Amino acid sequence: MGILSASASISKYRVVGEISEKIIEVVTEGLKKNTIIDIDDGTAEVSVGWTSTQNNFKPYFEDSSFLVGQFFIFSLRVDKKKVPAKVLKKHVTLQTDKKLEETGKEFISKSEKQRIKEQINEMLLMKMHATPNTYDLIWNFEDKELLFFTTQKAANEELETLFSKSFGLTLIKMFPYTIADLTLDLSEDDKDKLNKLIPANFKE
Amino acid sequence: MIDVSVSYNKYKFLGNEFLTWLWFIIENEEINLKDHEHVVLEIGNKIVCERASGDDSVENITIKGDDAGLEEGKLALKKGAVVTEISVVYKSGEHQWKFTIKGESLNLSNLKTPETESLKKKDEYEGAILEKYYLYNKIVDFIDKIYKKFVEIRLSKKWDEETLINITDWIKS
Repeated sequence: MGILSASASISKYRVVGEISEKIIEVVTEGLKKNTIIDIDDGTAEVSVGWTSTQNNFKPYFEDSSFLVGQFFIFSLRVDKKKVPAKVLKKHVTLQTDKKLEETGKEFISKSEKQRIKEQINEMLLMKMHATPNTYDLIWNFEDKELLFFTTQKAANEELETLFSKSFGLTLIKMFPYTIADLTLDLSEDDKDKLNKLIPANFKE
Repeated sequence: MIDVSVSYNKYKFLGNEFLTWLWFIIENEEINLKDHEHVVLEIGNKIVCERASGDDSVENITIKGDDAGLEEGKLALKKGAVVTEISVVYKSGEHQWKFTIKGESLNLSNLKTPETESLKKKDEYEGAILEKYYLYNKIVDFIDKIYKKFVEIRLSKKWDEETLINITDWIKS
């Protein structure tokens, strides 16, 4: 689901770290270096990178079209290939039988079977197209806030890792404790109370 | 600051208490937030409650559907449950937003904003994105402010002396 969808899911982050005066150059460079790499013609099973929000399948960071006012708007794309277990099993069995016939042996060693399995997996991956998933984000670089348009745990983890690698900045997920601790300007006394808080009993 | 993953799990309860308080506020008080427009909130079509049993297991109670009564949810609270997820309708002037919020993460899902013009030309893209962001941010900003209000009360004497008593009375009623 993306920014312009009829219905959205949102996780909120705070961007932490030294924001360079040349933030636009830093972000442009980070996006270019970590643009999604297409794996349709390869044997890789996963590819994670940035893409353009306006066209998820044609990443383009040569101009500043991803910069709108005080917002950077781009998307995380995760491409995945996975050979179905039953398809893999079928082809491994066929190849193993062929091997036995050719060599006249009665069985194949465990390591040989593993080698066949890896070769078949690679051959099938080569023939497969990756399934792309894209997740939009809006980064308000003046307010150091970022909205990520998915609540999927795995996508959020990929975002946190790639963001840090690309821009040298850390994303801190905003949830009950971090909002209270980092954004509410609590006094030391209140922070102490927060750290010692225990669940309330609504039943009594 | 405590480690992020440790604090996420340790303070899930705070988010769940926030949603339980929010339900109470929606049914019993007017919402007035500093630096925020006047809004009317209603409970939407879903509430999920969770009750911890003595043997470390948890019981989930889901009330779902446009015509679903909330009595079962109140009954669950009476037995010691807290709200872990709630759908909310946010009304401001003639406009309406709908969303679901989870206690443990305060993540928003199924967020529906007032309708916007559909994108017809490529050069309308930036405007469309900014308009949508503005509409989403209304809810993000509102949650920030109302959660802040909750935390202020939760850490003050008012919580034990007044709020907790009022919520308990409401649950029993």
